[in-house]
Parts: sequence; structure tokens; C-alpha cells
Amino acid sequence: MKRFSELYWRLDAITSTNEKLAALQDYFAAAPAADAACALHVLSGGRQPRAVSTALLRQWAAEEAGIPLWLLEECYAQAGDLAETLALVLPPAATGTEPEAAGLAELIRTTIDRLRSEPEERKREIVVNVWRRLGMQERIVWHKLLTGGCRVGVSQTLVARALAEVAGVDPAVMAHRLMGRDTHTADTYRQLLDPEPTEQDSRQPYPFFLAAPLAQEPPELGPVADWQAEWKWDGARAQLVCRGGAVAVWTRGEELVSAAFPEIVAAAAALPAGTVLDGELLAIRDGRLLGFTALSRRISSKRTTKKLIAEVPCGFVAYDLLEESGNDLRGLPLAERRSRLERLGPPAVNAATVSAESRPFADGHTLWLSPCLAAASWADLAAARATARSRGVEGLMLKRRSGAYGVGRTRGDWWKWKIEPLEIDAVLLYAQAGHGRRAGLHSDYTLGLWHEGRLVPIAKAYSGLSDAEIVEVDRIVRSTTREKHGPVRVVEPTLVFQLAFEGVALSTRHKSGVSVRFPRISRWRRDKQPADAAGLDELVRMIGSPAVTEPTP
Amino acid sequence: MPDLLELTPDGLYCRQGDFHVDPWRRVPRAIVTHAHADHARPGCARYLCAAPGKLVLRERVGGGMPIDTLRFGESLTINGVRVSLHSSGHVLGAAQVRLEHAGVTWVVTGDYKTQADPTCAPFEHVEADVLITESTFGLPLYRWQDPAEIAAAINAWWRENQAAGRTSVILAYALGKAQRLAAMVDPSIGPIVGHGAVMKMVRAYRDSGVRLPSIDGVPPRARKVGNGRALVIAPPSVAGSRWLRLFGDVSVAMASGWMTIRGIRRRRGFDRGFVVSDHADFPGLLEVIEASRARRVLVTHGATEALARLLRERGLDAGTLPTRFMGEAVPDRRSAAADANADEAEPEDDDGADNDDRGHDRDDDGADDAESAP
Repeated sequence: MKRFSELYWRLDAITSTNEKLAALQDYFAAAPAADAACALHVLSGGRQPRAVSTALLRQWAAEEAGIPLWLLEECYAQAGDLAETLALVLPPAATGTEPEAAGLAELIRTTIDRLRSEPEERKREIVVNVWRRLGMQERIVWHKLLTGGCRVGVSQTLVARALAEVAGVDPAVMAHRLMGRDTHTADTYRQLLDPEPTEQDSRQPYPFFLAAPLAQEPPELGPVADWQAEWKWDGARAQLVCRGGAVAVWTRGEELVSAAFPEIVAAAAALPAGTVLDGELLAIRDGRLLGFTALSRRISSKRTTKKLIAEVPCGFVAYDLLEESGNDLRGLPLAERRSRLERLGPPAVNAATVSAESRPFADGHTLWLSPCLAAASWADLAAARATARSRGVEGLMLKRRSGAYGVGRTRGDWWKWKIEPLEIDAVLLYAQAGHGRRAGLHSDYTLGLWHEGRLVPIAKAYSGLSDAEIVEVDRIVRSTTREKHGPVRVVEPTLVFQLAFEGVALSTRHKSGVSVRFPRISRWRRDKQPADAAGLDELVRMIGSPAVTEPTP
Repeated sequence: MPDLLELTPDGLYCRQGDFHVDPWRRVPRAIVTHAHADHARPGCARYLCAAPGKLVLRERVGGGMPIDTLRFGESLTINGVRVSLHSSGHVLGAAQVRLEHAGVTWVVTGDYKTQADPTCAPFEHVEADVLITESTFGLPLYRWQDPAEIAAAINAWWRENQAAGRTSVILAYALGKAQRLAAMVDPSIGPIVGHGAVMKMVRAYRDSGVRLPSIDGVPPRARKVGNGRALVIAPPSVAGSRWLRLFGDVSVAMASGWMTIRGIRRRRGFDRGFVVSDHADFPGLLEVIEASRARRVLVTHGATEALARLLRERGLDAGTLPTRFMGEAVPDRRSAAADANADEAEPEDDDGADNDDRGHDRDDDGADDAESAP
């Protein structure tokens, strides 16, 4: 228990990802398998039913502390966390008490698991006994385990990376081994750490080939006939890996998201064994695109409920075939891979009808083929690109027909030709000190627009100004601070910035009612006064096509 | 029998003796428990404080006005009221005020702690008929650890930072806490550096005969200080300020009783929190109240309602006494707990009321000037 409690508090105290990774590695390298298996369950957000009611815990803690219950409630109101309140009000463990020797697994088994089956008077005895044995920090962690609220600020990717280091395997392999399993035993934990490849490790994706932003004029790329043009979808890049009768969905961040997209996994099960598709996850309802904000609800949800799937149905649009019948096709020219992909059979999305009004995605399908745009000249493609925003796509992708599927961001064969960002003039409302190189400088800004005579915050923007400008803004922020809330300063509205962003969507999670995508500052409008900044209505009008509108939940 | 002290718009007033205790405004005669700004206001015609605190008070209220002193335990009769001062252990020279008139004794504790502090005299228990006690940490959440354990934790953090090439910055009140920390830590680990506001009080402490380890000020026009080895002691207002950039890569810790609460520590964004307070913890408050044998207790400064209710349930005649600084000194913790964004509801630090902030801003400006000078 001591070791896990130390991990908990170490993770609580640090913010750097590398230090968190080191803390996790240290823990997994040292912890006995049974304890590590329990810890992994907790770190993965796994829940256990509450073993005892918090009303009883409060009552017993007040009795042990010799204080009235109302005073304990006062304490809870001040501390804001029950696990912590109980630990703090209880009398400290008597000096000379031996540190708790039981490991995490044993302590859970002999206390928390037992509490579930014992009658109430025995429960009190068990709980009070633990209180007397544990130090303050261990008590807090134990309370969190007991009440089912032990959340630790580490991502699953980080946990997988730490375990991969300890096992000496690739992080993607570990992520895969962790897939779809949230309880572990000492035995399954040992299997996780197997340095040799296992049967299920065969579901690895290929490294993603990434496109570079198009920097030159398209005609400089040569004859338009040498290029395959597609819509640049506003979704999440992913590979569907179908091998050995199982399907894995991997995002570009090497995150395994199969569990979040059961309908895609089910549809891909019909593909021949030994198939790997490269493409895009998209939220599609009634044959129309729902936009990235909708999709992100699916990607980020911890639990994929039927309700969520019904609200935000998703599909996969394939644009490349990387493996066929178990053979790696990446060395073949794109034109060849494309014709094999077409033979595979998913229905192609009608390129011309991608828009808000029509229904380009055929009913009854979950997998589609990303269409190629027919073009006789670069001017045709430029015209197509000009319609991108109204279609709910981000622009065009240009891929050399003779090119192989490269590795990483190799320049030359894949280009993204995105539409220009949207822009609006907004007023600086709050500023917060940055981190790292910008520590101590107010470089994180919240900007607002006019609405009914007041400025309402619409976006946070972190970048876009030069270092010299940041220093200058920092000075103005300090001299115009109206209030301080911790690290955040509320400033007099004096500065106007041009905010660039990729899209606007209605949002119930933002006070302003809208959310902007990829906001960043493109220019300091020194020529403008706050009164010259835009109104919220202007931003709302940019929502334009309902194709990119988030459905109202 | 009229009360010996009553609350007036100027603060606590003794009609029988015609003087104020820790007045909020300029009055002809002020008895001052200690020099924190919520207790010692400048501009009174005449002050009385405990002898060890004279230089510190002078630093706070400025020159000119006379400051009379009493040694701890010594008494003086003012208009028939017998006045004596007794150590409260809060900061250098901090005193409880004992008033005796017509056979009745009132004690105003001022701020106090029962923990040991190498930079000031220990708390002295004083009996009273009526006790006016502070209650900053008047909830059972607050129970301080042995100062030696805290010192060991601070030393370990300082060494860890040195190993990582980071300067250790510990935020604490310029008056009292800063000097106590300097005296607590192990000066053999590395150099100790003090912010300007801290150094002013370090000088007042030394001039008053308090032994402190060597502490360096930040030289004017310095561009880089600390070299990842130093422990910098600075007031809380420097958090996130440009002044901190003098020290390169830093780990910032806060030293305050509020650091007991994880949520406060996290929301304020400190790398570390050390629970070091110059106020009594909950058991300390109860111990002092009990030892005073007072039948009537007036609770001020802090968790007043809860502590008064608890004392009433235990058979005492207890009530609350509002303070002018209450809005700042008593954080609305209920809403702070309910709303993670309610940073403003959180205490600035132990003496939320101590408007040290003004001093810091002035010193910040000085530091900024030093930095931007060619």
C-alpha cells in the first residue's frame, strides 16, 4: 500500500509528462505482480462498487475524532473532498505504529472486498482498524479506493508507455496488449510484461504516412494528371487492421480506439483476413457529415453507450490499402494500391455530392471509399477547393499517383491543400502565465466578442505572436489587470487581436454557445480599439453550413 | 459590569482605559498585538507594543509616532486599567493583551501559535474571564505536523531541486514566516536568497537580536540569481511574476497552513505545498481556550461560527466578533469547494488580511526596474 500511495502522491505533485512516465515506470518495475495488477486497474479508470456508504464513513469518522457530525460536514465543505476530509479529521496514527505492511492487493482483499459481505457492525470495526494503521496520505488513497473515486491524472497512453518500457516492448504493442481488458490478475499482468511477441501482438498498424502543407503554387507540382486529388476529411486519421479474425482501429496517435467504435469493428469483420486500410473516422448521421466536434465525443468517451452511438453514429472512409491478404503493399505505386482498394468493394462516397444538402453516404454502410476528384486542370481543383468549407471538409489532399506509401512526414508525394482559415477580430479579456519557455510571461489569452453590450469569452489562444510581442503584451496585461484569480488575470479590455480558426460549431459546453476549432492569434490589431471588435452574431453567422454543426444533444 | 472591550467603527475599544487594541483606523492610542498589516495600521498618535517587536512595528508604521513598549509580563496602568503583554508565539514580538479592571480580566490573543518557533518567544498561557481568540484554522481539518518533519521535507525538496538544476522558491509572508523558514532549513545545503520585502524584515529581526543564517538579497540590476542551487524566500505575490524569471528554472512551493488542503494547493498551481503556519492548529486553539479557563469566549478571524458553536455545545458562553478584514481573512470555503474556478474565494495565505501585497508590488516594481535596466 505504501508503494502505491507514494505513486499516487508523486503523480499528484508533478505536471510534466516525462516525470509522470518515470514515476509509473518506477512503480511497475518495483511492484509485485499482484499489486501492479490492482494498480493497473485503478490507473485505467476501472471502478469497483462502493463497499460502504459515505454516510456511515462520516458518522464513524466523527465518532473516532470526537467531534459532532455537523463539524465534520463543515470540514467537508471547506476541503471539498470527502476522502481527504475524513483522513484529516481522524486522530493521527499513534506514534510508533508500524507502517502498513500489506501490499495494495492484499489490503484491498482484506478490507475493501471484505466490507462488501460483512454486516454493518463488523464493517465499522474493519474501517476503524484501517484508520488506526494508515498514515495520512495512505488514508486518503484508501478512502478513494473504498468509495470508488480513485482517479489519477495519467492517460492510458502514458500507462502503456510505462509498461512498454518495463517490459522492453514497443509502446504500440503494449497498448494493444492492454486493449479491452480492465481487470488484471497477477498472471495476466505477467503476460503483459512478456518481452517476446505474442499472438495478439500481430494487430499492429503501420506507421502513418503524413502529408505536408502545400507551400507552393499547385501548378509547380507538374501535370495535374500525375496527382490523385481527394477531399481532406475533417475527421480522425485511422488504420483498420484486420488480421487473424480480429479488427483493431488505431488512430494516428497510435491509440487503440477499437472499443470506442464497435459499429466500425463489426463492419470491418467482413473484410478478408490480412487487410489493413488507411483512412478517416467520421461522424455520419442520416447520410450526412456531423463534423469533428461530434466525432471527438466518440473518441474521448470512456464508455461508449448505445445512446452515444445512436446520437453520433460513425463510419470509416478508406483512402489507401496498405496490406492485402497479409502482404505489405506500401512499396507499390499509389495508382496500383488504389485500384486494389476499389476492388475490395466498399461503396465510394459520391465526390460531387459531398455537402450539407445531399446525402453522400449511402444508407446501410459503415465503410466507404474516399472518392477521387476528377480534374482536367489545376483550375478545376482550385474551384473544388473553394467549395470545401460549405461541404464540411478541410480542403484537398494531393497524392502522387506513382508514389509509394512513405514513412512519417516525408515531403514530396503527399500534400494537404487546406482552405484559408476563418478570421475575426476579438478583444483580450483574460491572460494567464505560460509554461516552460514562457513561464512567468502572460502568453495564454482568452479572447471575447461583443454580445448585447458586453464582451463574452469565445476562445483561448496560445500562440501566434512573436516573442517580442508576447513580452509587450505581458507588460500591458500587468498594467491593466483588473482582478487576479490565481494565475489568471482579468484585464481592462484594451487589446484587439485577429483570431484565426478552422471552423465554428454550436456548443452547449461553452458559455458563448459556440466553439471555434484550432483558434490561434494571427495578428495584433494595433490599429483597432475594443469597440471595433466583432460581435458574437458575426461569429455565429460563420457557422454557415449545417453540415459542420454539432447536433444538439 | 460593562464590557472591558467593545467593537467600534475604529476597532476594539476599551472605554475605561480610553485606548484601542489593533485599531483599524488612526486613533490616539493603539495597543498593537503584532506588526502584520491587518493588526498594525500606520498613522496612530501613539503605539504600545511588546519590546521585542518594536523595530518590526517601526518598519511597518514608519517613523515619527512614538512607540511605547512593555516587556512580556510587565504591566502598565492606563486610566485605571492594568495592561500587560504576553507572548503569543505568532511572530517576533507578537503579544496577547491582558486587561484587568475592577477585578475582571480580558485577554485578546491576537494571532498566535503554540508550536515552537526559533525566531520568537513561545506562547504563554494566560488566564482570563473573557477571552477574545483568533480562529484562522478553527476546524478539525488542521493539525500541524512536528516542525522538524516539515523542515526535513523542505530540505529534501531543496536538495532534489538542486540535483535537477532548479532553483527552489518558497513563498511565505515577508514578516515572520520568511524568517522562521530561514531558521528552519539546513543552511549547509546552499545559499538562501531573500526577496526585497523579506530582507527588510530580516534586517529588523537581526537588529532585534534574532539569530538567522546568512541570507543574500537580490542585487539591483541582477540578471541571473541562484544558479539552480539557492533557496529563494519571497512573498506569495511573486507567484507568476516576472521577478521569478531571475532564477531560471524554478520549483515553486507555498508555505502556509492552507496547504493542508490538496484542492487549494492544486488550484493555486504550486509545485509543492508545505504546511507551515504561524497560527494555532485546531487542537492548539482548543488547548489555549481551555487553559485560559475563560467562561466567555469571543471568536474572531477565521472559522468563527463553527468554533463558537462547538464551544457553546461544550458549555461556554461563546460568540463571534466580526473583524474589518473578515471578507479577506475568512475565505468562503464552501463555494471554493463547490466550484473549482472560485479561486477568488480562496485565502491569499495565512493572513489573507495582511496587505503585504502592497509592499510586494512595490518591491516587484523595483525588481522589474533592476531587470530591464541596461
